[in-house]
Amino acid sequence: MTSAAPGAPPAASADPLQPGRLGLPADPPLAGLRRLISRVATLCWVELRKIRHDRTELYTRAIQPALWLLIFGETFTRIHAIAVPNGIPYLDFLAPGILAQSTLFIAIFYGIQIIWERDAGVLAKLMVTPTPRAALIAGKGFAAGVRSIVQAAVIVVLSAVLGVAMTTNPLNLLGVAVIVVLGSAFFSCLSMSIAGVALSRDRLMGIGQAITMPLFFSSNALYPERLMPGWLQAISKVNPLSYEVSALRGLLIAVPTNLWLDAGVLTGATVAGITVASLLLPRLAR
Amino acid sequence: MQSHGTDQPRSAPTLAVDAVRCAGLRYRFGAHVAVDRVDLLIAPGETLGLLGPNGAGKTTTIRMLTTLLKPDEGTVTVFGVDAAAQPMRVRRLIGYVPQSLSADASLTGWENVELFARLFDVPRHVRRRRVAEALSAMGLAEAAQRLVKTYSGGMIRRLELAQALVNAPRLLVLDEPTVGLDPIARADVWEFIAGLRRSSQTTVLMTTHYMEEADLYCDRVALMHHGTLRATGTSDELKAGLGEGATLDDVFRHYTGGTLDDDSEQGGIRDVRRARRTARRLG
Repeated sequence: MTSAAPGAPPAASADPLQPGRLGLPADPPLAGLRRLISRVATLCWVELRKIRHDRTELYTRAIQPALWLLIFGETFTRIHAIAVPNGIPYLDFLAPGILAQSTLFIAIFYGIQIIWERDAGVLAKLMVTPTPRAALIAGKGFAAGVRSIVQAAVIVVLSAVLGVAMTTNPLNLLGVAVIVVLGSAFFSCLSMSIAGVALSRDRLMGIGQAITMPLFFSSNALYPERLMPGWLQAISKVNPLSYEVSALRGLLIAVPTNLWLDAGVLTGATVAGITVASLLLPRLAR
Repeated sequence: MQSHGTDQPRSAPTLAVDAVRCAGLRYRFGAHVAVDRVDLLIAPGETLGLLGPNGAGKTTTIRMLTTLLKPDEGTVTVFGVDAAAQPMRVRRLIGYVPQSLSADASLTGWENVELFARLFDVPRHVRRRRVAEALSAMGLAEAAQRLVKTYSGGMIRRLELAQALVNAPRLLVLDEPTVGLDPIARADVWEFIAGLRRSSQTTVLMTTHYMEEADLYCDRVALMHHGTLRATGTSDELKAGLGEGATLDDVFRHYTGGTLDDDSEQGGIRDVRRARRTARRLG
């Protein structure tokens, strides 16, 4: 019955718009990059507007790091249970670790957000704009970075109030911002990748909680790597959070580290994360 | 039985390329064939209503047209551009409003529209003007600086239309534009869509399962059931084919063998649920 239909009017059967032929001119070579930057800037702008409209999350998210620094940090500084390098107070050693932890917790939320956006139809609407999948993911990743920078500023101030001897060198602080953005972008892409596999909010909440603490404890955020048992050291070596913490320690409290290695690992992880998450994105849109 | 002849645009043959052309469109979810060999033409400037109960394949068809899904078989072109082959170019031609109320409640109305202006690369020097125009065209100029969480359902739907319009799309795709809205808000949204059609040449493709709305506002309707297109034509043509006093509901029953009532009742319950979910989300 419907088989009669394919004999559609012949008018358009000789399709005049062969891909890349007679249509609009092909994109200039740098158009893709420009679009990527433009989309990332746009999604970061949205994030800043959201933070401006509602600052409560900024305060509620400051509570947990404050507890870590105030209670855990102060206590362990007093009992000298953890031998940290260069004879610095434990609280100083801990502060960059907590900074990295709180950006990790922010970033992990973005996978839940993208599933929420899928359920609400927001994701479909975004994907019907001329925005490549990778630009959408990168934009969300760097938006997580923007939120993390604002959060990081709160924690840096808090640490300074608690007497952590941190640098005031603006170049170092700029470096901190870069590392925080890279770390958040990676972990939010990790979270969005998991979202592309888990596909439901409940499942993702479970997975998110199941991985954040292991990521945190298997990093050098709370204790130096050389105090860990061998197997944990091996995990820490492949845990990007360790490189984020090392870089932050190097920049903030001058604990020697290979900054180029740290930044390189984080950049590589971020690029890999964006790639994997954008490959999994169509699964969410189905 | 296929009302194939009415597939032709009513306006005499033109050289203008079809706004939408689906040919042999097919999509499968596992073993379930959601869309089965659909052929459909929409002329530029036309408003076509895609009718059918929930699960008829309307949304899947729209998702292929909006480049969200790649067809398993067949092609869909928008103003001559193949949606599967050149998705980026097709996206620049369309404005899309999904079924659920999907504006960002934590931003203002202005910011919601500006976001889409940026995503569509509306140049910076015209952006402010275009955002303002889209908002005022949808009657939201006054509320533009308020957070969307303070908007009513009808206002959010109009805001979504403004988001879709800021790019001056040639094809507007509306998936159940009035679902979950109260009757007053529904009439309100329709009034704005009708006003938009009067002031621009935008082609509109919408899905709905409200027969009376399709009857009132669409140039032509296409009836879809179990993934296939059962009939297309103007509402009057289809009704006339059944004889004196027939309604679109009768037409639908004639072509599908079922009543839409059962389905629309079911849809009613789903609407309520969806509206509740949206209300919760928007706090």
